[in-house]
Amino acid sequence: MNTKFNFSKIAFLAFFIAFSTALSSCKKDSETEPEIDPNKKGMLEIKFDNIVGQDDFTLGKDYQNAAGETFKVDLLQYYISNIILKSENGSEYIVPQEESYFLIKEHDENSRNIQIPNVPEGNYNELIFTIGVDSLRNTMPPAQRTGVLDVGVEGAGKEMYWSWNSGYIFFKMEGTSTAIEPTDTNPNGKFRYHIGGFGGYDTPMFNNIRTISISLGRDAAKTREEAMPSVHIVVDILKVLEGTTQISLSEYPTVMVNPFSLKVSENYMKAFEYHHVHNEGHE
Amino acid sequence: MKKSFLYKNFLFLAFAILFFSCQTDNDTNPKEKFAFKTPSNFPKPTYNLQENPITLEGFELGKKLFYTGILSRDGTVSCGSCHAQTSGFTQHGHDLSHGIDDKLTMRNSLPIQNLAWAKNFFWDGGVFHLDLFAISPIEAENEMGETLPNVLQKLRNTEGFESPKTDYPLLFEKAFGTKEITTDRFLKALSQFQLMCISANSRYDKHVRNENTNENKLTTQELKGLELFEQNCSNCHSTTLFTDQSYRNNGLKIGNPNDTGRHRITQNEEDKFKFKVPSLRNVEVTRPYMHDGRFRNLEAVLDHYTDGIQDSETLDESLKSTLKIELNQEEKEAIIAFLKTLTDEEFLSNPILSEF
Repeated sequence: MNTKFNFSKIAFLAFFIAFSTALSSCKKDSETEPEIDPNKKGMLEIKFDNIVGQDDFTLGKDYQNAAGETFKVDLLQYYISNIILKSENGSEYIVPQEESYFLIKEHDENSRNIQIPNVPEGNYNELIFTIGVDSLRNTMPPAQRTGVLDVGVEGAGKEMYWSWNSGYIFFKMEGTSTAIEPTDTNPNGKFRYHIGGFGGYDTPMFNNIRTISISLGRDAAKTREEAMPSVHIVVDILKVLEGTTQISLSEYPTVMVNPFSLKVSENYMKAFEYHHVHNEGHE
Repeated sequence: MKKSFLYKNFLFLAFAILFFSCQTDNDTNPKEKFAFKTPSNFPKPTYNLQENPITLEGFELGKKLFYTGILSRDGTVSCGSCHAQTSGFTQHGHDLSHGIDDKLTMRNSLPIQNLAWAKNFFWDGGVFHLDLFAISPIEAENEMGETLPNVLQKLRNTEGFESPKTDYPLLFEKAFGTKEITTDRFLKALSQFQLMCISANSRYDKHVRNENTNENKLTTQELKGLELFEQNCSNCHSTTLFTDQSYRNNGLKIGNPNDTGRHRITQNEEDKFKFKVPSLRNVEVTRPYMHDGRFRNLEAVLDHYTDGIQDSETLDESLKSTLKIELNQEEKEAIIAFLKTLTDEEFLSNPILSEF
């Protein structure tokens, strides 16, 4: 079995390299990849790799922001929701909303790999998703807030919900910085960024729901019944503090329910970037 | 036409209740007493009762949860601690309610009554679904100081407890079919109890429904008060619910500058120091008054409206021009006499809602 697998894999790679170098415009050749049968379904994986600049991001490690402040992060987690996959031929797969909420936690590697089932076969070259939780879900009763949205479960909605205003925290980053002057109420120089706000239920209020589109450029995630592609998205944590607006931690150690949070969410939109795709597994 | 609409609704409710009671148990009599009934002078409830049909078992579980200290970190505080039935489910005699470790909260507790008709909850309207309401007091460090996951775990841990202790998984099974204790079930049970806290049998209600006996009839003074109330107060305290459920700045002198009311939720400058217009049902027993309980009696409240209104950028439009409501002493007394007709003795002493 092993040798057979290797053989077919090598054969596939040989074909793939040959065709992609010599005939890159001739994409639809059935010998380079299995044909697409839109009636068949497969899976698609999205991996979120938190990074800092060029390096892997590590909790508890010292980093420096553009303001020259040294800081470390103890907790980093955010919601990804309402995922749409767009294919090369323009068709879209909208992940059913009930199954489209994910809480990405830096401290939990499994949570960083999202696997989407029941994806029609296709070559997907664009991902659209929301960083946070859509407004409609924010207004629903607890029966519709299950899984990672369950406000009564540790490690899920419990840590990502403002109980006094019904709203979810979309993006949470906490840590310490030597640049933050210790005070009686903040002796360890903590910073707390709890970003949320869905636009209000019956009175308009600030809205930090950020939906972004990520292009895979000339690449595509090739979902087949027997092959699950894996798209790697890198999330540059430094951008949270400097994506568009340079933010000083000593000036803003706490950002929660405050219109300034709009600057932070505008920043972290810029943190998400396509890195690469793995299309192994085409046997 | 209106009548037939109501009639239809009643039929629907009756069917829903019948259907439900047939499904669960053979003993239907006590359940019928627990049917949620919209009083004939009330509008349609805001709460979607089809998503959480009230049953005797669900209500009983909700009542247990309402009166148990398990919801607090050290077992000392229950919902009933700050929401006492005899005071219209408010905390009697406290300007600011206090919770665990004798910590003071920022506000005066609001009554738990007619919540099926409420659009938003709390003085600032931060929570907009009754099922989500209980999380806030459980998790506030100056109220119950607990976490919801921990409360659920403590309830699960009571499995097998024998009387006089409570086996909660068993009660959840009776109410929802299995012993599983989830966020949703826990909150729905609490809602069932609160939804049944309906106050609609005050002398005023009976007056409106022509149910008053001779000795119960509103007096001349009370009727005069009603008339004055409609002219001067019902713009905001619109009748039936006695609130239009809006948020307004009624010109109070700024007390706690950190409590910016509705602004805390919306962060809109124009919402600064606006608070929910509270219902005036049972207002006689829910003293003290205002979001911070600054007024000890109704006389002080009316004195505020005649002489105490402070102008500010967010002062309500209806008070802007004159900065006062014109009322003489006799008129004030009439209004207070009328307000006392909103006291619902049946509700305040209803044994099915009481702790013991």
